[in-house]
Amino acid sequence: MKRLRAWFLAPSWATMLLLFIAPLAIVLAYSFESRGVYGGLSLPWTAESYQRLADPIYLVILWRSVWIAGVSTLVCLLLGFPLALFISQSGSRKNLYLSLVILPFWTSFLIRTYAWMFLLRDTGLINTLLQKLGLIHDPLPLLYNDGAVILGLVYSYLPFMVLPVYATLERLDRTLLEASADLGARPWSTLTNVTVPLCAPGIRAGAILVFIPCLGAYLTPDLLGGGKSVMIGNLIQNQFTTARDWPFGAAISLSLMAIVMLLLWIFARRSSEGLV
Amino acid sequence: MKRAGWTLSIYALAAYLFLHLPLLILAVFSFNQSRFTLWEGFSLRWYAAAVRDSQLMQGAWNSLVIAVVATGLATVIGTLCAYGLWKRNAPLLTGSLYLSLVTPEIVTGISLLAFYEWMFRFLRVQLGMHTVILAHVSFSIAFVVIVVMARLRNVDAQLEEAALDLGANEWQAFRYVTLPVILPGVIAAALLAFTVSFDDYVITSLVSGVNSETLPMVIYAIARRGVNPVVNAISAMIVFGFGALILISERLRAR
Repeated sequence: MKRLRAWFLAPSWATMLLLFIAPLAIVLAYSFESRGVYGGLSLPWTAESYQRLADPIYLVILWRSVWIAGVSTLVCLLLGFPLALFISQSGSRKNLYLSLVILPFWTSFLIRTYAWMFLLRDTGLINTLLQKLGLIHDPLPLLYNDGAVILGLVYSYLPFMVLPVYATLERLDRTLLEASADLGARPWSTLTNVTVPLCAPGIRAGAILVFIPCLGAYLTPDLLGGGKSVMIGNLIQNQFTTARDWPFGAAISLSLMAIVMLLLWIFARRSSEGLV
Repeated sequence: MKRAGWTLSIYALAAYLFLHLPLLILAVFSFNQSRFTLWEGFSLRWYAAAVRDSQLMQGAWNSLVIAVVATGLATVIGTLCAYGLWKRNAPLLTGSLYLSLVTPEIVTGISLLAFYEWMFRFLRVQLGMHTVILAHVSFSIAFVVIVVMARLRNVDAQLEEAALDLGANEWQAFRYVTLPVILPGVIAAALLAFTVSFDDYVITSLVSGVNSETLPMVIYAIARRGVNPVVNAISAMIVFGFGALILISERLRAR
Protein backbone atom coordinates (compact mmCIF):
# COMPACT_ATOMS: atom_id res chain seq x y z
CA MET A 1 0.00 0.00 0.00
CA LYS A 2 2.67 2.48 1.02
CA ARG A 3 5.01 1.22 -1.70
CA LEU A 4 4.92 4.35 -3.83
CA ARG A 5 5.97 6.63 -1.02
CA ALA A 6 9.09 4.58 -0.43
CA TRP A 7 9.97 4.92 -4.10
CA PHE A 8 9.58 8.68 -3.81
CA LEU A 9 12.61 8.69 -1.53
CA ALA A 10 14.78 6.80 -4.02
CA PRO A 11 15.96 9.78 -6.14
CA SER A 12 16.98 11.81 -3.10
CA TRP A 13 18.70 8.78 -1.55
CA ALA A 14 20.61 8.24 -4.78
CA THR A 15 21.61 11.91 -5.06
CA MET A 16 22.68 12.21 -1.44
CA LEU A 17 24.67 8.97 -1.53
CA LEU A 18 26.37 9.75 -4.82
CA LEU A 19 26.93 13.50 -4.50
CA PHE A 20 27.26 14.04 -0.76
CA ILE A 21 28.14 10.87 1.20
CA ALA A 22 30.46 9.32 -1.41
CA PRO A 23 32.46 12.56 -1.90
CA LEU A 24 32.93 12.86 1.87
CA ALA A 25 34.03 9.23 2.00
CA ILE A 26 36.59 9.91 -0.73
CA VAL A 27 37.88 12.91 1.21
CA LEU A 28 38.19 10.64 4.25
CA ALA A 29 40.25 8.19 2.21
CA TYR A 30 42.43 10.95 0.76
CA SER A 31 43.16 12.33 4.21
CA PHE A 32 45.01 9.11 5.06
CA GLU A 33 47.01 8.94 1.85
CA SER A 34 50.36 10.61 1.39
CA ARG A 35 51.29 13.31 -1.00
CA GLY A 36 52.95 12.12 -4.21
CA VAL A 37 55.96 13.67 -5.87
CA TYR A 38 53.98 15.76 -8.36
CA GLY A 39 51.25 16.73 -5.96
CA GLY A 40 49.33 13.56 -6.75
CA LEU A 41 48.35 10.95 -4.21
CA SER A 42 50.06 7.78 -3.24
CA LEU A 43 50.02 5.06 -0.65
CA PRO A 44 50.93 3.99 2.02
CA TRP A 45 48.17 4.92 4.42
CA THR A 46 49.32 7.36 7.02
CA ALA A 47 47.93 9.69 9.66
CA GLU A 48 50.67 12.19 8.87
CA SER A 49 48.26 14.82 7.54
CA TYR A 50 46.42 14.87 10.83
CA GLN A 51 49.66 15.10 12.77
CA ARG A 52 50.68 18.14 10.71
CA LEU A 53 47.59 19.93 12.02
CA ALA A 54 49.32 20.18 15.38
CA ASP A 55 52.00 22.37 13.79
CA PRO A 56 51.88 25.83 15.44
CA ILE A 57 51.45 27.56 12.02
CA TYR A 58 48.16 25.74 11.52
CA LEU A 59 47.07 25.94 15.13
CA VAL A 60 47.35 29.72 14.83
CA ILE A 61 45.02 29.68 11.81
CA LEU A 62 42.60 27.39 13.62
CA TRP A 63 42.65 29.61 16.69
CA ARG A 64 42.20 32.73 14.58
CA SER A 65 39.17 31.18 12.84
CA VAL A 66 37.58 30.24 16.16
CA TRP A 67 38.31 33.73 17.49
CA ILE A 68 36.87 35.56 14.45
CA ALA A 69 33.80 33.30 14.40
CA GLY A 70 33.35 33.74 18.15
CA VAL A 71 33.59 37.53 18.07
CA SER A 72 31.23 37.64 15.05
CA THR A 73 28.72 35.47 16.92
CA LEU A 74 28.93 37.68 20.00
CA VAL A 75 28.45 40.86 17.94
CA CYS A 76 25.50 39.21 16.14
CA LEU A 77 23.95 38.44 19.53
CA LEU A 78 24.48 41.98 20.85
CA LEU A 79 23.06 43.53 17.67
CA GLY A 80 20.43 40.89 16.99
CA PHE A 81 18.80 40.52 20.40
CA PRO A 82 17.50 44.13 20.63
CA LEU A 83 16.33 43.90 17.02
CA ALA A 84 14.41 40.68 17.76
CA LEU A 85 12.96 42.37 20.85
CA PHE A 86 11.87 45.34 18.74
CA ILE A 87 10.17 43.10 16.16
CA SER A 88 8.35 41.11 18.85
CA GLN A 89 6.98 44.37 20.28
CA SER A 90 5.80 45.93 17.04
CA GLY A 91 2.29 44.52 16.86
CA SER A 92 0.75 44.35 13.41
CA ARG A 93 3.95 45.36 11.63
CA LYS A 94 5.82 42.24 12.85
CA ASN A 95 5.75 40.46 9.51
CA LEU A 96 6.98 43.50 7.61
CA TYR A 97 9.89 44.04 10.01
CA LEU A 98 10.72 40.35 9.93
CA SER A 99 10.78 40.33 6.11
CA LEU A 100 13.13 43.32 6.19
CA VAL A 101 15.59 41.19 8.20
CA ILE A 102 15.30 38.20 5.87
CA LEU A 103 15.38 40.14 2.58
CA PRO A 104 19.12 40.88 2.37
CA PHE A 105 19.85 37.27 3.34
CA TRP A 106 18.19 36.14 0.13
CA THR A 107 20.14 38.40 -2.15
CA SER A 108 23.53 37.39 -3.45
CA PHE A 109 26.14 36.68 -0.78
CA LEU A 110 28.96 37.69 -3.12
CA ILE A 111 27.34 41.02 -3.94
CA ARG A 112 26.68 41.79 -0.27
CA THR A 113 30.36 41.21 0.42
CA TYR A 114 31.38 43.30 -2.59
CA ALA A 115 29.17 46.12 -1.29
CA TRP A 116 31.43 46.34 1.78
CA MET A 117 34.54 46.40 -0.41
CA PHE A 118 32.94 49.32 -2.21
CA LEU A 119 32.39 51.15 1.09
CA LEU A 120 35.59 50.29 2.95
CA ARG A 121 38.44 50.44 0.46
CA ASP A 122 40.99 53.26 0.39
CA THR A 123 39.15 55.07 -2.39
CA GLY A 124 35.79 53.79 -1.15
CA LEU A 125 32.79 55.81 -0.11
CA ILE A 126 33.63 56.18 3.59
CA ASN A 127 37.21 57.31 3.02
CA THR A 128 36.25 59.62 0.14
CA LEU A 129 33.53 61.18 2.27
CA LEU A 130 35.80 61.68 5.28
CA GLN A 131 38.50 63.21 3.08
CA LYS A 132 36.03 65.59 1.40
CA LEU A 133 34.86 66.69 4.83
CA GLY A 134 38.47 67.33 5.75
CA LEU A 135 38.32 65.00 8.73
CA ILE A 136 41.22 62.86 7.57
CA HIS A 137 44.10 63.42 5.21
CA ASP A 138 45.19 59.90 4.35
CA PRO A 139 42.62 57.15 3.86
CA LEU A 140 41.95 54.95 6.89
CA PRO A 141 42.94 51.30 6.45
CA LEU A 142 39.39 49.97 6.77
CA LEU A 143 39.63 47.03 4.38
CA TYR A 144 41.84 43.93 4.48
CA ASN A 145 41.97 43.30 8.21
CA ASP A 146 40.23 41.12 10.80
CA GLY A 147 37.80 43.90 11.65
CA ALA A 148 36.53 44.04 8.07
CA VAL A 149 36.11 40.24 8.09
CA ILE A 150 34.10 40.35 11.31
CA LEU A 151 31.98 43.20 9.93
CA GLY A 152 31.29 41.21 6.74
CA LEU A 153 30.40 38.07 8.70
CA VAL A 154 28.09 39.96 11.07
CA TYR A 155 26.39 41.65 8.13
CA SER A 156 25.91 38.31 6.37
CA TYR A 157 24.74 36.19 9.30
CA LEU A 158 22.81 38.62 11.51
CA PRO A 159 19.44 37.23 10.26
CA PHE A 160 20.46 33.77 11.54
CA MET A 161 20.58 35.23 15.07
CA VAL A 162 17.49 37.43 14.85
CA LEU A 163 15.13 34.71 13.60
CA PRO A 164 15.52 32.07 16.36
CA VAL A 165 15.69 34.71 19.12
CA TYR A 166 12.52 36.30 17.75
CA ALA A 167 10.86 32.88 17.65
CA THR A 168 11.51 32.29 21.38
CA LEU A 169 10.46 35.85 22.26
CA GLU A 170 7.16 35.19 20.51
CA ARG A 171 6.51 32.07 22.55
CA LEU A 172 7.47 33.76 25.80
CA ASP A 173 4.87 33.68 28.56
CA ARG A 174 4.07 37.39 28.87
CA THR A 175 2.55 36.97 32.33
CA LEU A 176 6.04 36.24 33.66
CA LEU A 177 7.18 39.67 32.45
CA GLU A 178 4.13 41.28 34.04
CA ALA A 179 4.78 39.41 37.29
CA SER A 180 8.33 40.73 37.29
CA ALA A 181 7.09 44.30 36.75
CA ASP A 182 4.38 43.88 39.42
CA LEU A 183 6.99 42.73 41.87
CA GLY A 184 8.81 46.00 41.37
CA ALA A 185 11.52 45.16 38.84
CA ARG A 186 12.56 47.97 36.54
CA PRO A 187 12.30 47.25 32.75
CA TRP A 188 16.07 46.75 32.47
CA SER A 189 16.10 44.38 35.42
CA THR A 190 13.17 42.42 33.93
CA LEU A 191 15.07 42.22 30.67
CA THR A 192 18.30 40.87 32.16
CA ASN A 193 16.78 38.67 34.86
CA VAL A 194 13.67 37.34 33.14
CA THR A 195 13.60 37.87 29.37
CA VAL A 196 17.20 36.99 28.49
CA PRO A 197 17.33 33.76 30.59
CA LEU A 198 13.99 32.64 29.14
CA CYS A 199 15.36 33.26 25.66
CA ALA A 200 18.36 30.99 26.23
CA PRO A 201 17.13 28.29 23.78
CA GLY A 202 16.76 30.86 21.00
CA ILE A 203 20.12 32.43 21.80
CA ARG A 204 21.78 29.00 21.73
CA ALA A 205 20.18 28.17 18.38
CA GLY A 206 21.16 31.57 16.98
CA ALA A 207 24.70 31.28 18.26
CA ILE A 208 25.20 27.89 16.63
CA LEU A 209 23.57 29.01 13.35
CA VAL A 210 25.97 31.95 13.18
CA PHE A 211 29.10 30.31 14.57
CA ILE A 212 29.12 27.31 12.21
CA PRO A 213 29.05 29.20 8.89
CA CYS A 214 31.48 31.82 10.29
CA LEU A 215 33.95 29.12 11.28
CA GLY A 216 33.93 27.65 7.78
CA ALA A 217 33.77 31.01 6.01
CA TYR A 218 35.77 31.28 2.83
CA LEU A 219 34.51 34.15 0.69
CA THR A 220 34.34 36.86 3.37
CA PRO A 221 37.93 36.48 4.67
CA ASP A 222 39.11 36.09 1.08
CA LEU A 223 37.58 39.35 -0.16
CA LEU A 224 37.49 41.53 2.96
CA GLY A 225 40.53 40.13 4.78
CA GLY A 226 42.89 40.20 1.83
CA GLY A 227 45.88 37.91 2.05
CA LYS A 228 46.50 38.73 5.71
CA SER A 229 43.41 37.25 7.28
CA VAL A 230 43.57 33.54 6.57
CA MET A 231 40.89 31.32 8.09
CA ILE A 232 40.40 27.53 7.93
CA GLY A 233 38.29 27.85 4.77
CA ASN A 234 41.05 29.65 2.91
CA LEU A 235 43.64 27.15 4.15
CA ILE A 236 41.54 24.26 2.77
CA GLN A 237 41.02 25.99 -0.57
CA ASN A 238 44.74 26.68 -0.80
CA GLN A 239 45.65 23.01 -0.24
CA PHE A 240 43.36 21.94 -3.08
CA THR A 241 44.49 24.60 -5.56
CA THR A 242 47.87 26.35 -5.23
CA ALA A 243 49.60 24.06 -2.73
CA ARG A 244 48.17 20.87 -4.29
CA ASP A 245 48.46 19.01 -1.02
CA TRP A 246 45.20 17.12 -1.15
CA PRO A 247 45.76 14.77 1.79
CA PHE A 248 46.43 17.71 4.09
CA GLY A 249 43.47 19.69 2.67
CA ALA A 250 41.28 16.62 3.20
CA ALA A 251 42.48 16.25 6.79
CA ILE A 252 41.70 19.91 7.57
CA SER A 253 38.25 19.58 5.93
CA LEU A 254 37.37 16.56 8.02
CA SER A 255 38.64 18.20 11.19
CA LEU A 256 36.41 21.17 10.42
CA MET A 257 33.46 18.80 9.84
CA ALA A 258 34.26 17.10 13.15
CA ILE A 259 34.15 20.44 14.99
CA VAL A 260 30.83 21.33 13.30
CA MET A 261 29.28 17.98 14.19
CA LEU A 262 30.57 18.15 17.75
CA LEU A 263 28.96 21.58 18.18
CA LEU A 264 25.67 20.31 16.76
CA TRP A 265 25.81 17.27 19.02
CA ILE A 266 26.36 19.44 22.11
CA PHE A 267 23.52 21.67 20.96
CA ALA A 268 21.18 18.72 20.36
CA ARG A 269 21.92 17.32 23.83
CA ARG A 270 21.13 20.61 25.51
CA SER A 271 17.89 21.38 23.75
CA SER A 272 14.94 19.34 22.68
CA GLU A 273 14.07 21.64 19.80
CA GLY A 274 15.46 21.24 16.31
CA LEU A 275 17.42 23.90 14.47
CA VAL A 276 15.24 24.29 11.43
CA MET B 1 0.93 44.43 25.14
CA LYS B 2 4.00 46.55 25.63
CA ARG B 3 5.07 48.63 22.64
CA ALA B 4 8.67 49.18 21.67
CA GLY B 5 10.15 52.21 23.43
CA TRP B 6 11.92 55.12 21.77
CA THR B 7 15.46 53.93 22.35
CA LEU B 8 14.64 50.51 20.97
CA SER B 9 12.93 52.01 17.90
CA ILE B 10 15.88 54.25 17.11
CA TYR B 11 18.20 51.29 17.56
CA ALA B 12 16.05 49.21 15.19
CA LEU B 13 16.18 51.98 12.58
CA ALA B 14 19.99 51.98 12.80
CA ALA B 15 20.05 48.18 12.50
CA TYR B 16 17.85 48.25 9.40
CA LEU B 17 20.05 50.92 7.86
CA PHE B 18 23.06 48.69 8.54
CA LEU B 19 21.29 45.79 6.79
CA HIS B 20 20.04 47.70 3.75
CA LEU B 21 22.17 50.77 3.18
CA PRO B 22 25.25 49.03 1.71
CA LEU B 23 23.26 47.46 -1.13
CA LEU B 24 21.28 50.66 -1.71
CA ILE B 25 24.48 52.71 -1.95
CA LEU B 26 25.92 50.14 -4.32
CA ALA B 27 22.84 50.45 -6.52
CA VAL B 28 22.85 54.26 -6.41
CA PHE B 29 26.48 54.43 -7.52
CA SER B 30 25.76 52.13 -10.45
CA PHE B 31 24.07 55.19 -12.02
CA ASN B 32 27.09 57.41 -11.39
CA GLN B 33 28.68 59.12 -14.38
CA SER B 34 32.14 58.89 -12.83
CA ARG B 35 34.35 55.86 -12.42
CA PHE B 36 35.30 57.12 -8.97
CA THR B 37 33.30 57.19 -5.76
CA LEU B 38 32.19 60.79 -6.26
CA TRP B 39 28.78 61.64 -7.60
CA GLU B 40 29.10 63.39 -10.96
CA GLY B 41 25.67 62.98 -12.43
CA PHE B 42 23.24 60.33 -13.61
CA SER B 43 24.31 57.95 -16.31
CA LEU B 44 23.52 54.49 -17.64
CA ARG B 45 26.99 53.98 -19.08
CA TRP B 46 27.94 51.20 -16.65
CA TYR B 47 24.79 49.29 -17.55
CA ALA B 48 25.67 49.67 -21.22
CA ALA B 49 29.21 48.54 -20.45
CA ALA B 50 27.91 45.53 -18.47
CA VAL B 51 25.61 44.43 -21.30
CA ARG B 52 28.41 44.81 -23.86
CA ASP B 53 30.91 42.83 -21.74
CA SER B 54 30.97 39.44 -23.44
CA GLN B 55 32.55 37.68 -20.44
CA LEU B 56 29.84 38.93 -18.08
CA MET B 57 27.08 38.02 -20.51
CA GLN B 58 28.53 34.56 -21.16
CA GLY B 59 28.77 34.09 -17.38
CA ALA B 60 25.19 35.25 -16.93
CA TRP B 61 24.02 32.83 -19.62
CA ASN B 62 25.95 29.92 -18.06
CA SER B 63 24.55 30.78 -14.62
CA LEU B 64 21.04 30.89 -16.02
CA VAL B 65 21.34 27.53 -17.79
CA ILE B 66 22.89 25.90 -14.71
CA ALA B 67 20.33 27.41 -12.34
CA VAL B 68 17.34 26.43 -14.50
CA VAL B 69 18.45 22.82 -15.01
CA ALA B 70 19.64 22.34 -11.41
CA THR B 71 16.47 23.92 -10.03
CA GLY B 72 14.27 21.69 -12.18
CA LEU B 73 16.03 18.53 -11.01
CA ALA B 74 16.33 19.59 -7.37
CA THR B 75 12.68 20.63 -7.20
CA VAL B 76 11.41 17.30 -8.54
CA ILE B 77 13.75 15.21 -6.37
CA GLY B 78 13.21 17.39 -3.29
CA THR B 79 9.42 17.49 -3.61
CA LEU B 80 9.21 13.72 -4.01
CA CYS B 81 11.51 13.39 -1.00
CA ALA B 82 9.45 15.74 1.17
CA TYR B 83 6.29 13.88 0.22
CA GLY B 84 7.96 10.56 0.95
CA LEU B 85 9.10 11.83 4.35
CA TRP B 86 5.59 12.99 5.18
CA LYS B 87 4.37 10.68 7.94
CA ARG B 88 7.27 8.32 7.31
CA ASN B 89 10.56 8.38 9.13
CA ALA B 90 13.87 8.03 7.36
CA PRO B 91 16.35 9.30 9.97
CA LEU B 92 19.43 8.54 7.87
CA LEU B 93 18.16 10.46 4.86
CA THR B 94 16.89 13.36 6.98
CA GLY B 95 20.21 13.38 8.82
CA SER B 96 22.27 13.54 5.65
CA LEU B 97 20.04 16.30 4.27
CA TYR B 98 20.55 18.38 7.41
CA LEU B 99 24.25 17.58 7.36
CA SER B 100 24.48 18.81 3.76
CA LEU B 101 22.91 22.05 4.98
CA VAL B 102 25.44 22.68 7.76
CA THR B 103 28.53 21.46 5.91
CA PRO B 104 30.77 24.46 5.17
CA GLU B 105 30.56 25.29 1.47
CA ILE B 106 34.30 24.96 1.05
CA VAL B 107 34.15 21.36 2.34
CA THR B 108 31.23 20.50 0.05
CA GLY B 109 33.18 22.03 -2.82
CA ILE B 110 36.46 20.21 -2.30
CA SER B 111 34.72 16.89 -1.59
CA LEU B 112 32.82 17.15 -4.89
CA LEU B 113 36.06 18.11 -6.65
CA ALA B 114 37.83 15.09 -5.13
CA PHE B 115 34.88 12.89 -6.09
CA TYR B 116 34.84 14.09 -9.70
CA GLU B 117 38.60 13.71 -10.08
CA TRP B 118 38.35 10.21 -8.70
CA MET B 119 35.48 9.35 -11.09
CA PHE B 120 37.41 10.72 -14.05
CA ARG B 121 39.98 7.99 -13.63
CA PHE B 122 37.27 5.61 -14.82
CA LEU B 123 35.13 7.80 -17.05
CA ARG B 124 36.51 9.96 -19.82
CA VAL B 125 34.73 13.18 -18.92
CA GLN B 126 35.94 16.53 -17.68
CA LEU B 127 34.80 19.31 -15.38
CA GLY B 128 32.20 21.52 -17.02
CA MET B 129 28.59 22.60 -16.94
CA HIS B 130 27.38 19.09 -16.06
CA THR B 131 29.60 18.79 -12.97
CA VAL B 132 28.43 22.23 -11.79
CA ILE B 133 24.78 21.27 -12.34
CA LEU B 134 25.15 18.03 -10.37
CA ALA B 135 26.86 19.92 -7.53
CA HIS B 136 24.04 22.46 -7.45
CA VAL B 137 21.40 19.74 -7.41
CA SER B 138 23.09 18.11 -4.43
CA PHE B 139 23.20 21.25 -2.29
CA SER B 140 19.75 22.61 -3.23
CA ILE B 141 17.74 19.47 -2.42
CA ALA B 142 17.82 20.14 1.33
CA PHE B 143 16.40 23.66 0.79
CA VAL B 144 13.58 22.29 -1.37
CA VAL B 145 12.76 19.53 1.14
CA ILE B 146 12.54 22.01 4.05
CA VAL B 147 10.25 24.45 2.23
CA VAL B 148 7.94 21.74 0.85
CA MET B 149 7.84 19.92 4.22
CA ALA B 150 6.74 23.15 5.91
CA ARG B 151 3.86 23.33 3.44
CA LEU B 152 2.98 19.64 3.89
CA ARG B 153 2.68 20.08 7.66
CA ASN B 154 -0.42 22.18 7.06
CA VAL B 155 -2.01 19.67 4.71
CA ASP B 156 -4.88 17.60 6.03
CA ALA B 157 -3.86 13.97 5.57
CA GLN B 158 -7.49 12.91 5.55
CA LEU B 159 -7.92 14.47 2.10
CA GLU B 160 -5.66 11.84 0.63
CA GLU B 161 -7.25 9.05 2.63
CA ALA B 162 -10.62 10.15 1.28
CA ALA B 163 -9.24 10.00 -2.27
CA LEU B 164 -7.87 6.50 -1.62
CA ASP B 165 -11.20 5.37 -0.16
CA LEU B 166 -12.95 6.69 -3.23
CA GLY B 167 -10.82 4.45 -5.42
CA ALA B 168 -7.85 6.59 -6.42
CA ASN B 169 -4.53 4.82 -6.52
CA GLU B 170 -1.55 6.23 -4.64
CA TRP B 171 -0.17 8.09 -7.62
CA GLN B 172 -3.56 9.66 -8.40
CA ALA B 173 -4.00 10.70 -4.77
CA PHE B 174 -0.62 12.43 -4.91
CA ARG B 175 -1.04 13.92 -8.36
CA TYR B 176 -4.62 15.19 -8.08
CA VAL B 177 -5.11 15.78 -4.36
CA THR B 178 -1.90 16.61 -2.49
CA LEU B 179 0.25 18.12 -5.22
CA PRO B 180 -2.24 20.90 -6.11
CA VAL B 181 -2.45 21.81 -2.40
CA ILE B 182 1.31 22.02 -1.93
CA LEU B 183 2.02 23.61 -5.33
CA PRO B 184 2.60 27.14 -3.96
CA GLY B 185 5.19 25.65 -1.58
CA VAL B 186 6.80 23.76 -4.45
CA ILE B 187 7.08 26.94 -6.52
CA ALA B 188 8.49 28.86 -3.54
CA ALA B 189 11.02 26.05 -3.04
CA ALA B 190 11.98 26.19 -6.71
CA LEU B 191 12.55 29.96 -6.49
CA LEU B 192 14.71 29.49 -3.40
CA ALA B 193 16.71 26.74 -5.13
CA PHE B 194 17.10 29.03 -8.14
CA THR B 195 18.49 31.92 -6.11
CA VAL B 196 20.81 29.62 -4.14
CA SER B 197 22.10 28.09 -7.36
CA PHE B 198 22.44 31.34 -9.30
CA ASP B 199 24.30 32.92 -6.39
CA ASP B 200 26.77 30.20 -5.51
CA TYR B 201 30.45 31.00 -5.90
CA VAL B 202 32.50 28.81 -3.55
CA ILE B 203 31.35 25.35 -4.65
CA THR B 204 30.94 26.35 -8.30
CA SER B 205 34.43 27.77 -8.64
CA LEU B 206 35.91 24.47 -7.45
CA VAL B 207 33.95 22.13 -9.75
CA SER B 208 33.64 24.20 -12.92
CA GLY B 209 35.77 23.67 -15.99
CA VAL B 210 37.17 26.00 -18.63
CA ASN B 211 33.94 26.73 -20.48
CA SER B 212 31.58 26.91 -17.54
CA GLU B 213 32.46 30.18 -15.83
CA THR B 214 29.38 31.46 -14.02
CA LEU B 215 28.37 35.05 -13.37
CA PRO B 216 29.51 35.02 -9.70
CA MET B 217 32.89 33.72 -10.88
CA VAL B 218 33.27 36.60 -13.36
CA ILE B 219 32.14 39.12 -10.72
CA TYR B 220 34.57 37.62 -8.20
CA ALA B 221 37.46 37.91 -10.67
CA ILE B 222 36.68 41.59 -11.27
CA ALA B 223 36.14 42.26 -7.54
CA ARG B 224 39.53 40.73 -6.71
CA ARG B 225 41.17 43.26 -9.03
CA GLY B 226 39.40 46.14 -7.26
CA VAL B 227 36.16 48.05 -7.45
CA ASN B 228 34.63 48.54 -10.89
CA PRO B 229 31.32 50.36 -11.53
CA VAL B 230 30.36 47.66 -14.04
CA VAL B 231 30.09 45.29 -11.08
CA ASN B 232 27.80 47.81 -9.36
CA ALA B 233 25.54 47.81 -12.41
CA ILE B 234 25.39 44.03 -12.76
CA SER B 235 24.92 43.72 -8.98
CA ALA B 236 21.99 46.13 -9.03
CA MET B 237 20.38 44.13 -11.83
CA ILE B 238 20.85 40.86 -9.93
CA VAL B 239 19.59 42.30 -6.63
CA PHE B 240 16.45 43.71 -8.23
CA GLY B 241 15.91 40.51 -10.21
CA PHE B 242 16.29 38.38 -7.06
CA GLY B 243 14.14 40.84 -5.11
CA ALA B 244 11.29 40.31 -7.57
CA LEU B 245 11.69 36.52 -7.36
CA ILE B 246 11.65 36.63 -3.56
CA LEU B 247 8.55 38.80 -3.45
CA ILE B 248 6.78 36.28 -5.68
CA SER B 249 8.02 33.42 -3.53
CA GLU B 250 6.89 35.10 -0.28
CA ARG B 251 3.44 35.74 -1.77
CA LEU B 252 3.16 32.10 -2.73
CA ARG B 253 4.31 30.90 0.66
CA ALA B 254 1.83 33.10 2.45
CA ARG B 255 -1.06 31.98 0.29
